[in-house]
Amino acid sequence: MLKINNLHASVEDKAILRGVNLEVKAGEVHAIMGPNGSGKSTLAAVIAGKEEYDVEEGEILFENENIDELAAEERAHKGIFMSFQYPVEIPGVSVTNFMKTAINETRKAKGLEDMPANEMLKLIREKSELLEIDRKFLSRSLNEGFSGGEKKRNEIFQMAILEPKLAILDETDSGLDIDALRIVANGVNKLKSKDNAVIVITHYQRLLDYIVPDFVHVLHNGKIVKSGTKELAHELEEKGYDWIKEEVNA
Amino acid sequence: MDLKEKLVSSFLAFENQVDVDSPIHDVRSEAIKTFEEKGFPSKKEEAWKYTSLNTILKHDYSVFPKQENALEFSDVKKYFIHDIDSYKIVFIDGKYTSHLSQTTHDSMDVCLMSAALAKPKYRLVIENYFNKIATKDSLSSLNTAFSSEGAYIHIPKNKLVEKPIQIIHFATGNESAVMLQPRNLIVVDENSHVQIIERHQSLTDNPVLTNSVTEIYANKRAIVDYYKVQNDNENASLIDNTFINQKQESVASVHTFSFGGKLTRNNLNFFQNGERIDSTLKGVTIIGNKQHVDHNTLVHHIEPNCESHQDYKGIFGDSATGVFNGKVIVNKEAQKTNAFQANNNILISDKASINTKPQLEIFADDVKCSHGCTIGQLDESAMFYMRSRGIPEKEAKALLMYAFSNNVLSSVKIPEIKQRITKIIATKLGVKIGFDL
Ligand SMILES: Nc1ncnc2c1ncn2[C@@H]1O[C@H](COP(=O)(O)OP(=O)(O)O)[C@@H](O)[C@H]1O
Ligand SMILES: [Mg+2]
Repeated sequence: MLKINNLHASVEDKAILRGVNLEVKAGEVHAIMGPNGSGKSTLAAVIAGKEEYDVEEGEILFENENIDELAAEERAHKGIFMSFQYPVEIPGVSVTNFMKTAINETRKAKGLEDMPANEMLKLIREKSELLEIDRKFLSRSLNEGFSGGEKKRNEIFQMAILEPKLAILDETDSGLDIDALRIVANGVNKLKSKDNAVIVITHYQRLLDYIVPDFVHVLHNGKIVKSGTKELAHELEEKGYDWIKEEVNA
Repeated sequence: MDLKEKLVSSFLAFENQVDVDSPIHDVRSEAIKTFEEKGFPSKKEEAWKYTSLNTILKHDYSVFPKQENALEFSDVKKYFIHDIDSYKIVFIDGKYTSHLSQTTHDSMDVCLMSAALAKPKYRLVIENYFNKIATKDSLSSLNTAFSSEGAYIHIPKNKLVEKPIQIIHFATGNESAVMLQPRNLIVVDENSHVQIIERHQSLTDNPVLTNSVTEIYANKRAIVDYYKVQNDNENASLIDNTFINQKQESVASVHTFSFGGKLTRNNLNFFQNGERIDSTLKGVTIIGNKQHVDHNTLVHHIEPNCESHQDYKGIFGDSATGVFNGKVIVNKEAQKTNAFQANNNILISDKASINTKPQLEIFADDVKCSHGCTIGQLDESAMFYMRSRGIPEKEAKALLMYAFSNNVLSSVKIPEIKQRITKIIATKLGVKIGFDL
């Protein structure tokens, strides 16, 4: 589904990703871990199409197509979704109106008519129940004044509605208490199928108890320096990252 | 002959058409003298520093356009808020058009200035109110000198006017360039409530210059909501001089939606002559090309315990230019004043510009006054966030801009106006937004 070859990316001439290789197949869950500042969010944003970053070398293939030239919205239309580490506040646009616009623009891109209003309502209701989101919440301005946990839950709510093929969850667990974590993880697991894939970016092993990864990668200094199975996450939890850094430097 | 000379010399011809025995004729004669002395304002004047009238004054305007009544409702329907029942006072090239209008004398007067100036039964109101709060600046004086037609609205006390009143001015473009000077008088007596919509619409690309004066009196506990829809063709310019005198406990609001026109100058003046008055001044400006919109507001707090709320949003693209000059005066006696002013702008092009300047003159010591202005670009992180959800760049921009102006629209009390304005915004931004606004 996703194949990243030797990806180098920089911002304002500062190299951040320095040769990332990663392959994610349909049905798989990958976890990307790594110390702060190692480039995890950058990798997610580059896959999602943030223009601020310059891809200097390498390529990103999504379903065998090079998506380098595609705008963020076109990638979204193809089924790439990123749950933001820091969701953006948009005053004046309600959660509902935002989602209606996102749904209908995605449909438009696929040559479909607008979703009928009753179907839309049903979809929004269903998914808000899945993530235990209060009705009142939906008419509030997007992310404005939301707590950290509410923002993250809202990201997964959006994911549940858009049903992406590839979901990249950037530190969705940070800021969540254990109940919220369970709700979010449950939401992700409900959507999981053999046809889609998830990349979970996290600091902690905690989330991985709920969303169980098939592979775990460690990103360090803009490179994937170690890959393994879920045991690697446990090891990292116990030993921290220093041993990896040492291994790399050795 | 330049426009000033032309206007001054036309005054003689004008006197031949009107009743020189009318009590207001002295007022007119005084006013033309004032205009002759002062002339058109130039950029040397502080209040006109960022707005030059030069280019719009150079046309050879016809100042007494010929009568033209050929418009059919179906041709101009779209310029009305036609989905609501309303009173209508419609002018074509400055002349009243009865077949497009719906006036009334049933327990209130929604009619014409020309009638009010001519008929004895209106004399008292005219004597008490006509030209009493309009300032004696050159442009208002010019309008006063030639004042003969416009809307005359008098709502007696304890009356809730059940439907809005639309005042619409069409310019047909039958002449190569035309200057219009409508004069409106609106008197709302104790406890009465009225909603008014005003629009100026040119039907061709021929230049039009409108210099209008509107005097509004909101008497004790009256409620007046005024909506100005400025979405004219790009060869039409408007100088709008509006003066609102409020008595105690009255509530008055003016919403100005500026999307069109070549040059638009809004001189909006509120005078609070009483206690516990509430004044609201809001505006949304979205312009591009070489359009220019200048909001020059004044709120004069004269007595204690009053409030004023100003909230102007502007979005400027291409080489458009904007000005916001908001003056708040709080007299020494006006203790416990609450005066709020905000002016937020987004520049979506490198060539667009905005000059914003709050002017606070506060002489009372126990007041709450706040003001703030911002000039920014569209929030890039918000753009990426929306695009990452599949909302294309253009729609994302539109949605952000809509959201930006949203809180100004939230105080609009007529839903059809709100819908119309959001539709105009969407059209302006060239998109269909995926939900009903
Ligand atoms: N837009 C940006 N401008 C400048 N530096 C950036 C930008 N985005 C990321 N960086 C830098 O790149 C490095 C990696 O950041 P990030 O991808 O956020 O790491 P992580 O998510 O792993 O903590 C950091 O040193 C960070 O400061
Ligand atoms: Mg990060």
